[in-house]
Amino acid sequence: MKHLITIIFLILSAQFSFSQIDTSKVKRTPTDTSKMQLNLDAVYNRPFLQYGKIPVAIGGYAEANTQYAVTDGVTEGFSFQMRRMTLFLSSSIHRKIKFLTEIEFEDGTKEINIEFAALDFQFHHLLNFRGGIIMNPIGAFNQNHDGPRWEFIDRPISATQLLPSTFSNVGFGFYGKIYKPNIVWAYELYLTNGLNDNIIGNAENKTFLPAAKLNPDRFEESFNGEPLTSAKTSFRYRKIGELGLSYMGGVYNKFQEDDLVLDKKRRADVIAIDFNTTIPKINTVITTEFAWTFVDVPDTYTQQFGKKQHGGFIDIVQPIIKKKMFGFEKASFNAAIRAEYVDWNVGTFNETGGNIADEIFAIVPAISFRTSPQTVLRLNYRYEWRKDILGNPASRTGAIQFGVSSYF
Amino acid sequence: MKKTLFAVVVLLLVVIGCKKIMPPSPKDDELLDGPVEGLTTAETQQFLKGDVAFNDDIFTPQNGLGPIFVANSCGSCHAGDGKGHPFTTLTRFGQVDSTGNQWLSFGAPQLQNRAIPGYTPEALPSGVGFSKILPPANTGLGFLDAVSDADLIAMSDPTDANADGISGVPNWINVPSYCQLRANAISQGGKYIGRFGKKGAAYDLLQQTANAYNQDMGINTSFEPYDTYSKLEVDPEVTNNTVHDVVFYLKTLKVPIQRNQNDGDVQSGKQLFNSIGCNKCHKEELKTTASPIAALSNKIFFPYTDLLLHNMGSGLDDNYTEGSAKTYEWKTPALWGLGLSKNSQGGNYFLMHDGRATSIEQAILLHGGEGQQSNTNYQNLSESDKQKVIKFLESL
Repeated sequence: MKHLITIIFLILSAQFSFSQIDTSKVKRTPTDTSKMQLNLDAVYNRPFLQYGKIPVAIGGYAEANTQYAVTDGVTEGFSFQMRRMTLFLSSSIHRKIKFLTEIEFEDGTKEINIEFAALDFQFHHLLNFRGGIIMNPIGAFNQNHDGPRWEFIDRPISATQLLPSTFSNVGFGFYGKIYKPNIVWAYELYLTNGLNDNIIGNAENKTFLPAAKLNPDRFEESFNGEPLTSAKTSFRYRKIGELGLSYMGGVYNKFQEDDLVLDKKRRADVIAIDFNTTIPKINTVITTEFAWTFVDVPDTYTQQFGKKQHGGFIDIVQPIIKKKMFGFEKASFNAAIRAEYVDWNVGTFNETGGNIADEIFAIVPAISFRTSPQTVLRLNYRYEWRKDILGNPASRTGAIQFGVSSYF
Repeated sequence: MKKTLFAVVVLLLVVIGCKKIMPPSPKDDELLDGPVEGLTTAETQQFLKGDVAFNDDIFTPQNGLGPIFVANSCGSCHAGDGKGHPFTTLTRFGQVDSTGNQWLSFGAPQLQNRAIPGYTPEALPSGVGFSKILPPANTGLGFLDAVSDADLIAMSDPTDANADGISGVPNWINVPSYCQLRANAISQGGKYIGRFGKKGAAYDLLQQTANAYNQDMGINTSFEPYDTYSKLEVDPEVTNNTVHDVVFYLKTLKVPIQRNQNDGDVQSGKQLFNSIGCNKCHKEELKTTASPIAALSNKIFFPYTDLLLHNMGSGLDDNYTEGSAKTYEWKTPALWGLGLSKNSQGGNYFLMHDGRATSIEQAILLHGGEGQQSNTNYQNLSESDKQKVIKFLESL
């Protein structure tokens, strides 16, 4: 990892050195606005900086915030958090071959991950081959999660904890798109290394798909030799919006070792539906995503780990003022609200027939000030209710968060 | 400039208003958890370490859970340090008298009814007597621990010498070698008084904790090193320090605070509770002796128990016992915190040793044996007086 950091540092240093020599040669690569974009396109649809005609572009974003949170009257005071700094590096190897990598530093250097590092070969607009570390296209947020694009400091719980946030794996697959004047349709289909049994044995004390990321060998070998299938189809109609349907599933347990059978194959399957639209005239942006997980947890294990989960979120963002403000040409002031819900354990207790709770509901009003579409200052107020597995009175958390996030 | 000023003012108002829009603390008398008042800084730090180990340590197959178990964390059985839920009810079997457990080779005394993937949990052997045991509340355990043996003996009346129909005897048990005897511990035939568990079969909170790690979660300690699955002595899966921190945490949890003490109905209910004889076993007041923890030393407290075994009649005889208790004998449970039980049991009452009573009244009506007279007296009360008794019990 030290070598990786050194390489990144050198690349960045080189960029700054060039800038000092001749800033006119450093230019932003234009994003393609000629066609309707899908969440699938988010990985390349980012502001990159390019030096001269060198076929390498670099970019990234950073986000930091302060937070004052109180849970049932108890607070640990103010915290300042450097949530993440992410670097992108893309390269056009050939007119039809591209490479992009995304490296994320979370909470300082507590977590350093290669979230994406894939080569794309375009054979036809309907047949692109992608190989490397790819982001499993489950839901929309996993594909389109850059901080500056959102009015909320916390990522949605359903998109980050019910579904594994920025879940990436080594694998191969295909994607493609068809464009018509008012319609675009796309598909993605990948096989990657899969989940593992941390999803039903983790410190969260619940079925928790992101715990699969705890396996340090997942970029090296499959946990059980079974690939994880991820597929998504998206459809955007200009006047309505984008609808996505996605699936991810595979065997998560180690069912055999050295040709000896240890257990039956146990599957984890996830389906998600996402939708986003902008209401004409008033420009209200609505983004929503809902997901369902189905995990084959052994009956003789504990019901603490649920066999079914579901949850989702809806974000509504309303631009209030859009004009030059404080010297920023394309500034906007927005009001937003998020509602989110996750039931970690859908079912009833074997012992009593009563409902298994283990659920969370949160509402997050927000205001944001964008100096440009790439940079946002945001103020969030979060109020959440969290019930334990037994359904005891909910623990309540309130949090005031103020943060900044920007592409650079 | 005006806009900037406006933005600054708004931000300042938000910061000032922070506390107004945050969820408030529940009142102290609505919570069962929290430390006893008067701990030193060092004691508070150990309490916090124990709190983390008790409530946050989750055991998984990767860090030692099982392979056979009942629950995967202490907090699973004692949400908010309150009474447990049938979800984590324990099943104990195989002992019918004081000669000991005859079913140890079949997995007794406790059934581990769950297993990590790839393992098979235990099944109850056919025909064996068993009890379902609902996890108790943890509050005020340090106070109960610090009552002197002499006080317990003084409350006992094995031959019912006063002819009030209530006897009350200690559970005389063998104490594991890792337990340290209390100062002035009283012995009978090499056995000592147990005071924790539904039958009073655990001597102290160290034994209770080490057993819970081992029997409930399949976590081995140096105190209880035998794996419940393999029956072999294995390496400890938690450190001695962690166990001691948990024991300290349990010892220093505060006592529940009674609510609505000045309510007329509650006060009348208390008088009725005493007049129908409930207080003969559910003793209102006990006192602690000297304790190394100053906050627990020489205190008077109000648990509504005598920590003694009583004959509860055939209806509560599960044909299973522990220590010197008879199968129909149960230790008087403390009633403090009773009214808050629903907050740890998912909004319902699950009372008596196995949670079979789903209301306080049902629990009263299930009293037999030495409790039968109080049960009858309760039934003879007017509806209004019954409600006052219930209201008093809910205030505890």
